[in-house]
Amino acid sequence: MWLIRASVRRRGLVAALALLGAVHGAVLLAGFLAPYDPAEQDRRHPYAPPGVAGCEPGPCPVRWFVRDAAGRPRLFAVDAPARIFVLGSDQYGRDQLARLLHGGRVSLAAGLLAAALSLGLGWIAGAVAGYRGGWLDAVLMRASEFFVALPWLYLLFAVRAFLPLEVPPETALLLIAAIIGLAGWARPARLVRGVVLSAKERGYVLAARGFGASHFHILRRHVLPQTVGVALTQAALLVPQYVLAEVTLSFLGLGVGEPVASWGNMLAALAQYHVLVSYWWMVLPGVAMVPVFLGYLSLAGAVIESRDSIGL
Amino acid sequence: MPWLIRRLAHAALVLFGVSVLSFAFLELAPGDYLSEMRLDPRIAPETVAALRARHGLDQPLPVKYARWVASAARGDLGFSFAYNTPAAPLVWTRARNTLVLTMAATLAAWLIAIPLGLWFAARRGGWADRAGAAGLAALVSIPDLLLALLLLMFAVRTRALPAGGMFTPGEAGILDLAAHMLLPVAALVLGALPVLVRHVRAAVAETLQAPFIEAARAHGIPTVRLLWRHALPAAANPLISLFGFSVGTLLSASLLVEVVMSWPGLGPLLVEAILARDLFVVIDGVLFSAVFLIAGNLLADVLLYVADPRIRTT
Repeated sequence: MWLIRASVRRRGLVAALALLGAVHGAVLLAGFLAPYDPAEQDRRHPYAPPGVAGCEPGPCPVRWFVRDAAGRPRLFAVDAPARIFVLGSDQYGRDQLARLLHGGRVSLAAGLLAAALSLGLGWIAGAVAGYRGGWLDAVLMRASEFFVALPWLYLLFAVRAFLPLEVPPETALLLIAAIIGLAGWARPARLVRGVVLSAKERGYVLAARGFGASHFHILRRHVLPQTVGVALTQAALLVPQYVLAEVTLSFLGLGVGEPVASWGNMLAALAQYHVLVSYWWMVLPGVAMVPVFLGYLSLAGAVIESRDSIGL
Repeated sequence: MPWLIRRLAHAALVLFGVSVLSFAFLELAPGDYLSEMRLDPRIAPETVAALRARHGLDQPLPVKYARWVASAARGDLGFSFAYNTPAAPLVWTRARNTLVLTMAATLAAWLIAIPLGLWFAARRGGWADRAGAAGLAALVSIPDLLLALLLLMFAVRTRALPAGGMFTPGEAGILDLAAHMLLPVAALVLGALPVLVRHVRAAVAETLQAPFIEAARAHGIPTVRLLWRHALPAAANPLISLFGFSVGTLLSASLLVEVVMSWPGLGPLLVEAILARDLFVVIDGVLFSAVFLIAGNLLADVLLYVADPRIRTT
């Protein structure tokens, strides 16, 4: 709750949270904000530039708060047969805005799930290793060393290599999140261990032990609360890194595949030379990562500042 | 030199662990290149079985691993089924190209980061410092992938720079190589720069508060000399550790940049090998990256040892 208290005092934190709220909200409201479904093709308009396509006799006014043919509410639309492509269309005439928003769900969900997994594993491993010490500490830390001995993307690819290549898109999301989360457990574990090591030697922990408190009680009441600050900072740093990891894997055809949209497989179109030269709007899924990075990185910065100011 | 021997032994241990782990992981992988080959009706099952036996793939994991280590010690890194050639020459060439790219990027990034960081530290709170901080914050929010794509887009649109590859066909000059390297190196440097500059600035800014700097200033030592000869060496320790870390970051980023800019390094090879289930090449590629990173960290340790006498006592 100190996060809320701190946010009142710090404008940076408020701005970061607002930006992140906007990005995640837009992605959650994808079905309403985008005028079409992400898989809906329009073969008459491949690579249509941003704007209204197929408006032959004209004019084609934009209508707000409408229901589409299936009766679902949409923020805006133009009357058929014209189509509105706010961010252009891709090679099958699919709406880039719809794919960007729905793809954002996949990419952000993968990042968040993976960060939760990494942090959970790292927290448990770090707490156990630091508190218990002895051979368990030695084994866990040696193991983590092997994981940090590889450059991050190479590690990710190595883990990816031993899993099946062709997976249906629904399971692919979970699989990718699991891969990224597993590959990244080592760094949070080492950080949490460091905090636990210093926390368990504090006077009040020794006093609690002297009073006969159980290990569980000491961990829960005295040691783990000390690690919250580190864990929160790590979370804010891991999410954008893991979103990028999902995008990278899908970009290279090792992640979530078509027809499900993800920022990564949308960017894969840029591997073709003519797309790179002629259709600048195809790079927008990459640009969409910028507010995600900006939001989470400033959140991490603000969390570190608040931690310093309230001594967490 | 017992210190160096201990560090080398530790590096070897880590490398051993990584190789065992990657073998164990790939053992779990469903299918390999040969199991896909078995689906091809034109290839007799006996042929596939013979290939499997010849490369020891029908053996249990420990035997397979022992055979691989024994042959790797002779410089034989297994067989690439996708390229139908021994893996060693393939991987060596690619590893060399990755090394060329990453070393150039590391060098360039540090050569830019140190003067920039010194300048910002010297002008703490001034307009240059604040503008620099804002620029770096913006740069850090642009993911490597986007950076690489935008640079590539720029190159193909303006045709100012070659957009991919390492050499123009038929040419092999150093100038041609440099022109091809400019784009990937720029992508890597821009990606690494924010972290490096921030750390240089922070480390130097802290040293500039120290009494000995005040004393040196009082002696009338000019600012530039003060920064380079007095503040920078005193601030070097955390930066040398950061050097080891930056090697890892740049190697990782280089994988992606290589694929985007079709630089013939380990990155594209690894992606192809994973897609083709080309087992040995995957392991070799991953291990080469580990060797590079461990070598980078070792170099950082040696530099630290040379720079700081206090380390030598422990």
